[in-house]
Amino acid sequence: MKYMMLIAADPAFGTRPDAEQADLSNRIGTWWNDYAQKGRIVGGHQLQSAHTATTVKVKAGKAEVADGPVYLTDGPFNEAKETVGGYGILDVANLDEALAIVKSWPGNNNFEIRPVIERG
Amino acid sequence: MITGSDGRSAVDAAVSTVFREEAGRLTAALVRYLNDFDLAEDLVQEALVEALEHWPATGIPDNPGAWLFTTARRKALERLRRAANYDRKLSLLVASQLDEVQTESDNRLQLIFTCCHPALSRESQVALTLRAVIGLTTAEFASAFLVSEATVAQRIIRAKQKIVKAAIPYQVPASVEIAERLNEVLAVLYLAFNEGHLSSSTETGERRNLAEDALWLTNLLVRLMPDEPEPVGLVVLMRLQLARASTRFDSTGRLVLLQDQDRHRWDHQAIAEASALLLKVAKLGLPGPYQIQAAIAACHAEATSFETTDWEQIFLLYERLLTYWPTAVVRLNRAIALQYLAGPAAALAEVDVLTDSLRNYHLLHATRAQLLRALGRETEAHEADQRALRLASNPAERALIEGRLNLSAAD
Repeated sequence: MKYMMLIAADPAFGTRPDAEQADLSNRIGTWWNDYAQKGRIVGGHQLQSAHTATTVKVKAGKAEVADGPVYLTDGPFNEAKETVGGYGILDVANLDEALAIVKSWPGNNNFEIRPVIERG
Repeated sequence: MITGSDGRSAVDAAVSTVFREEAGRLTAALVRYLNDFDLAEDLVQEALVEALEHWPATGIPDNPGAWLFTTARRKALERLRRAANYDRKLSLLVASQLDEVQTESDNRLQLIFTCCHPALSRESQVALTLRAVIGLTTAEFASAFLVSEATVAQRIIRAKQKIVKAAIPYQVPASVEIAERLNEVLAVLYLAFNEGHLSSSTETGERRNLAEDALWLTNLLVRLMPDEPEPVGLVVLMRLQLARASTRFDSTGRLVLLQDQDRHRWDHQAIAEASALLLKVAKLGLPGPYQIQAAIAACHAEATSFETTDWEQIFLLYERLLTYWPTAVVRLNRAIALQYLAGPAAALAEVDVLTDSLRNYHLLHATRAQLLRALGRETEAHEADQRALRLASNPAERALIEGRLNLSAAD
């Protein structure tokens, strides 16, 4: 079973001291490589910050280009809208295995885990 | 028609009992045999619907499990005939006997944990669990939870689709996960219990007694997981609530608050037994949120009057509950206990901290109303009750709030 692991950016990450940021990035890198070596993570990337994103709204043959990211949630309190920080492709037996992997993530982030449609 | 004390006919009660016993077993057995949760669940549900059509007239068969299996098998045959492709699974089922299909004594634990998987919404968990494990039909569920049948049917279909598409595994969770997953199951069962408990069944004339079903299911869980104390905690909690059931509604079907209930009419025998059970499980020294909630309920049940309730103990128990569930709702309940220890002003101060996070929770506003009233701030109390009424959906609770509004409007 393949799942996309969509990682929402942690808005507080940039407010941490540099040393902490570096340390966490290392731990995440190690975590990622670990699972990649085991064949559980089979793809994915960290993305550049949300402000580097461009949105394109396509509707009925018309496209509208604008600055900024797509927001993931409208949050219950409309405070912080989430943006995509990165993604990964998991290859595991079932949802519980996917969840076990994501639960061991070293940082503070929100994830979406969704099964991928595989077309041969 | 003979009517029991809860307003149901003897036949309905008997059929419900059989469904509870047999539906879950059959579903679990078929899932294992067919290796297809969706299909197994569908076949059982169809068999139950047919049983409901025939049994009230023909009587309950001597071997209801076999009857249901035979019917499920016939339904499988009907599907085979309609299917364009040869479905090996169904043809296997059509050819098999019941004893072939029932390989183990009780597979229901896997069924329960799967239906209560945290990836499913609470509503889906409740619908699926009650349906698959105790054979509640779509119609019965819709009626008990005051939603349309179409909504329930859609919810069930989507939940089962998710189980298949997201590959939610059909298994008892690994031991490291058990505590967390068990918490989900208990939350589902308690929700079902409260739905059943909050409706006056003399009004609804339900075929199933949902509170009783939830208690039965929790007792099953206790049997299937004898080393776990939390299911026992929930059983005690439910039994303590049921022991007070005769005083929950007045003769007009309106809710009666705890402080106004006639404690002489509580089932003190049942309370004593439940408390003894709680004491026994507490000795295992494995506390948890449901045992704590049971202890709180026991404090109330054992108090001879509202005034002599051990509020300090209750307050401390809520403090402990907060360490497991640091939620606004638990803090609200702690604030209610605080009222009786430190007065309504202190309690109101606590509650006001929660008004942002609980602004859509009718009980927050109802609680504020009571506290404001105790402080003589009638106008604000009235407004708070109005807000509560706008947010309350349960008819019994609405009637209670409306009653208070009418009383204060008359001043």
